[in-house]
Amino acid sequence: MEGTPAIETEGLRKSYKNVEALRGVDLRVQRGTVLGLLGPNGAGKTTAVRILATLLPPSGGTARVDGLDVVDDAAELRSRIGLAGQYAAVDENLTGFENLEMVGRLYHLGRARSRQRATELLERFDLADAGGRVVRTYSGGMRRRLDLAAALVASPPVLFLDEPTTGLDPRSRIGLWETIEEHVAGGNTILLTTQYLDEADRLADRIAVIDHGNLIAEGTSDELKDQVGGERLELTLCDSAQVDVAIAALTEIADGPPGSDDSIVSVPIRAREGAIVDAVRRLDNAGVGVDDLALRRPTLDDVFITLTGHVAEHENGDRPAAETQQELEEAPR
Amino acid sequence: MSSLSYAASDTLVIAVRNLKRIPRQPDLLTAFTIQPIMFVLLFVYVFGGAIQVPPIYDDYTDFLIPGIIMQSMAFGGFVTALSLTDDLNRGLIDRFRSLPMTQWAVVAGRTVADVLTNMISLAVMVVVGLIVGFSFTEPLGEVLLGVLLMICFGYAFSWVFAWVGLVSSSPESANAFGFTAIFPLTFVSSAFVPPETMPAAIQWFADINPFSTVVDALRSLWVGGPAGNDVWAAFAWSIGIAVVFATITAHRYRRAVLARAG
Repeated sequence: MEGTPAIETEGLRKSYKNVEALRGVDLRVQRGTVLGLLGPNGAGKTTAVRILATLLPPSGGTARVDGLDVVDDAAELRSRIGLAGQYAAVDENLTGFENLEMVGRLYHLGRARSRQRATELLERFDLADAGGRVVRTYSGGMRRRLDLAAALVASPPVLFLDEPTTGLDPRSRIGLWETIEEHVAGGNTILLTTQYLDEADRLADRIAVIDHGNLIAEGTSDELKDQVGGERLELTLCDSAQVDVAIAALTEIADGPPGSDDSIVSVPIRAREGAIVDAVRRLDNAGVGVDDLALRRPTLDDVFITLTGHVAEHENGDRPAAETQQELEEAPR
Repeated sequence: MSSLSYAASDTLVIAVRNLKRIPRQPDLLTAFTIQPIMFVLLFVYVFGGAIQVPPIYDDYTDFLIPGIIMQSMAFGGFVTALSLTDDLNRGLIDRFRSLPMTQWAVVAGRTVADVLTNMISLAVMVVVGLIVGFSFTEPLGEVLLGVLLMICFGYAFSWVFAWVGLVSSSPESANAFGFTAIFPLTFVSSAFVPPETMPAAIQWFADINPFSTVVDALRSLWVGGPAGNDVWAAFAWSIGIAVVFATITAHRYRRAVLARAG
């Protein structure tokens, strides 16, 4: 089975009553690599993970994980996957150790082996001191680490990390990235979903961009960034009526199609050196009033503007609202 | 190991998980112990003096204790509703579903945990009952049969509340269902007052109410009195409720999981 990909989907579809969450997605993740599935809320990321982790049946297409079909071989597949979600699904009223031991028992590792794994993983995830405390007393970052540890209890060949850092403060996020790099990513096959380009950039070998249930780009981080066009100059105008004038003034230094949203203009630039001074001079000559101006790295929005021509839709709340509603409406099978 | 012994071991792991949290959640512990004691004392000393019972019972305490124990057993499983709703909302059910465990063990283990907590409540209430003047008049065998009946009956309601937990979107709505649907039914029965004192229509309902069947059976096993076929009917009701609700709960489990969490 060495040659077959660890995760392979063909024409994967999922439709709810009136919305299609996935519209024919082809994914391929080679063994030992990390794929970042990048997209905004409601893009279909969570639906894809839920299908691959056997929690949700697909409406069409096929999906195989570690060579097993997610529908026909679901029961056997479950012993070969680990899932860590955006909810840090651990029991608040058990200790860290008890949580991991329970998961081990439910993977049918047996009592002795489950305890041994729990001790090992608490040590590895820097939770050894907190292992005897109930999870209720843990910080957000500690819970996520425990959740990751739980996914690794049975050393499964394929891991799904569904938005592992969503909801964490920036410091805990960086801490968790380090943990994933040091203890999770090495040699494991991982499918990681995220809304953040920098997260995918840092953790994933390849990135697949998903929007409205369609896969719209796939490649390494560098390949994607080339499409986006590197660094961008972002300016906020005093008067949104001057957007066209501003774009015209900056055409000569632009390295791709500029984007605009209300009074904000975003222009990909060729060279960082002198770009700001140059831009200010050109805008001043054109009589454009600028409120704010900065250079920044490409973001998910830029990827979206470049790839889809529209701004990524951000919704509030922890969950993709559209998906929640669709799932609620789904009839039993 | 065979799949059956895996199922048993998974159920046990989940039951242990649910039991471990009790001492860590003092409000739960209160529900099993203090609350039943409070009910016994309230009914005996506040309402007791005003309620006339048939002359075959020594006093209201003998009439009341089986009633209040029956009601507590019916509500013992309420923790199952709350904890399943909680597990769904926190995504724990997602984790369980992604594991190679026996899926229905998640609910079965939860209900098994109720059996133990129900036994604790039962013991507490019997002791408090004896202190306030209750006494068993029937032979030990019948008393123990009554205990068995209460455990079966309580277990049946664990499955009722498992279903309630899976169809409820929040602990609050599970709570509302428990207290608007089931709580009144326990009162419109022979649990606390003899149905003969009720208006005709309500008396008719109290007479056919299965809660009456069960509590009458328990009284006949513990303090004597006319039982008729009530004992076997009471066991039949318990088993019937358990089978029906275990079936619809198993069906609902998959759907509830699809509909929420994650």
